[in-house]
Amino acid sequence: MTMNLKKYPHKLLVKLYFDMLRINKVQLHIESLYHLDEMKTPIHLSIGQEAIAVGVCANLRQNDYISSSHRGHGHYLAKGGDLKRLIAELYCRETGCSKGRGGSMHLVDTSVGHMGSSSIVGGGIPIGTGLGLATQMKAEDRVSVIFFSDGAADEGALYESINFAILKKLPVIFVYENNQFAVCSHVSARQAGEIIFHKTPHDAMPSQAVNGNSVMDVYEATKQAVMRARQKSGPSFIECKTYRVRGHAGAGSDEKLGYRTAEEIREWEAKCPVRAFSEILLRDGVLNETEIQIMEETIDCEIDEAFRFAQRSPLPKPEDVTKYLFCD
Amino acid sequence: MPWTKIKSDVNEPNYYLESDENIRRLSYSEAIREAMDQALELDQRVFIMGQGVDDPGAMFGTTLNLHKKYGSQRVFDTPLAENALTGIATGAAIGGMRPVYFHNRPDFLFLAMDQLVNHASKWYYMFGGAVNVPIVLWACIGRGWGSAAQHSQALQGLFMHIPGLKLIMPSTCYDAKGLMLSAIADNNPVLIIEHRLNFRHKGFVPETPYRVPIGKGIIRKQGKDITFVAISHMVTEAYKAAEELSKEGIEAEVIDLRTLRPLDEEIILRSVSKTGRLLIADCGWKTGGITAEISALVAEKGFEFLKAPIRRVACQDVPTPSGYTLEEAFYVGSNDILNAAREILQIR
Repeated sequence: MTMNLKKYPHKLLVKLYFDMLRINKVQLHIESLYHLDEMKTPIHLSIGQEAIAVGVCANLRQNDYISSSHRGHGHYLAKGGDLKRLIAELYCRETGCSKGRGGSMHLVDTSVGHMGSSSIVGGGIPIGTGLGLATQMKAEDRVSVIFFSDGAADEGALYESINFAILKKLPVIFVYENNQFAVCSHVSARQAGEIIFHKTPHDAMPSQAVNGNSVMDVYEATKQAVMRARQKSGPSFIECKTYRVRGHAGAGSDEKLGYRTAEEIREWEAKCPVRAFSEILLRDGVLNETEIQIMEETIDCEIDEAFRFAQRSPLPKPEDVTKYLFCD
Repeated sequence: MPWTKIKSDVNEPNYYLESDENIRRLSYSEAIREAMDQALELDQRVFIMGQGVDDPGAMFGTTLNLHKKYGSQRVFDTPLAENALTGIATGAAIGGMRPVYFHNRPDFLFLAMDQLVNHASKWYYMFGGAVNVPIVLWACIGRGWGSAAQHSQALQGLFMHIPGLKLIMPSTCYDAKGLMLSAIADNNPVLIIEHRLNFRHKGFVPETPYRVPIGKGIIRKQGKDITFVAISHMVTEAYKAAEELSKEGIEAEVIDLRTLRPLDEEIILRSVSKTGRLLIADCGWKTGGITAEISALVAEKGFEFLKAPIRRVACQDVPTPSGYTLEEAFYVGSNDILNAAREILQIR
């Protein structure tokens, strides 16, 4: 990467790195403890995809909306979702962000515009589009970002939602996180070449494909899309090309399944967006080794605290099983 | 074509009023339109969407010309993309709006099942009460005139199965307006299933906005000998049968459930405890349907009241046929109710 970082504020670059490192470390920590079977919830890690959540969300304000999926820990944290409440949700606690009713796939933090994530692939796309509609109808200054994967791009809900977003010029950004796999099915087995929305007329919906492992590329693409949305000019489409280095669900590598080669996984692990960005920051003197060390320690402390909080939190009471069926 | 336009030419049974004169009568469709008009007027968050809500047919007249009064921002036509549009309505509701999404026929709700069942109905519970979804979905069962298997389905049994979704089926003009206003004011997803034959009715409708409580049934006719539990159009049919029995000195109590979820269990059990006999009438299929659910409820909680086996009057378990001789055989009405009631009462 030969990008010139000098034009960016120091604070922004540090934040981008810190947020990616934090998401990476949180997930590694979850993964390392998952075998203890205390987090009784299906996890879907986004290790290797940190740059997308962070590069996008760095352009957003607290009241902007995001819509996310089952692979959503990164989106939640990048948008500013509370870490303690995330971990408590994984531990099925009453203090979890969804009070132990949602689990890993159903995260929410309305205080930062995260209105809930769906584990039906593509399910969050119409809802994020609808949040854009509400914003437009209420004449609010917000944008709605929808994170979805290549699996979701197979679904009709994407076409239906994009058509509506273009029709109504909604302030929506479709962030296509192409990690190439839906469980074990490669995107080439499911889609005939490049996604069709790159052929949408530019005026209707600008679209671009970027390196999803480069946080600055994602940041720049999103910046334009956010500007367009805030100017009420309509939706944008960003494809972030990346790779799911872990298995579909659970902890650890799934290379023994044999649907992809170990070499391919190694190749993409070498493109780790967090490490790649740290190398650039060190090279350009934005950060030094000591500063990175301090960041790591700060994050480790926060993670320890969050896990302690979760483990010590109360479990939901059995007699509350029917609570929250209907809203009064 | 008589199929899309239905003439409101009969007064609904006179459930409420001693005197029939000088009351304000609206057609069923006018009653719903008045609810929509008042909701749009009273609450800026309310909007109407659906395929054809701003066309001359205006969803059987229920949304007629509202786009002219409130603008195409608040009353708008939609692409034929039922699933995403249901999700978009859900998202708009989460974002602080109160959408009412009109569907021509319940059959098309199948295209929206993912967003309706997997999303809207689960959002409040799944996030521990953090986000609620105040949307209303509306669809009208298209019985008759050769509607056939894909334009006439009465799917209440299926939707009653879903926790987190409120389900309303009115039978009178008064309730059509009052329950619509309650549904819009409700903080949860509400599905209103109407029946095409109700659109023949004219009935008493006060002009002022009012709400009919969701989850409360009503007794349409008092009786001591047998209980008829019915919904929507079948209430009219049950009432007709009850009046017939009255002539023979048998008094049937007619319960209009109005809401299927939450279900007014008390009104059913209280009536059965009095009469000891139960007949349930539905305009949908029998197997796994609402007559099955209510039978089970009474078997579980009111078995000791029963003097005779429960009888169910519902459609046969086949797709709706198109031809009118077969339609006749498929649908049930007051005669079927009358015959079943006589069997329960062991009279001929």
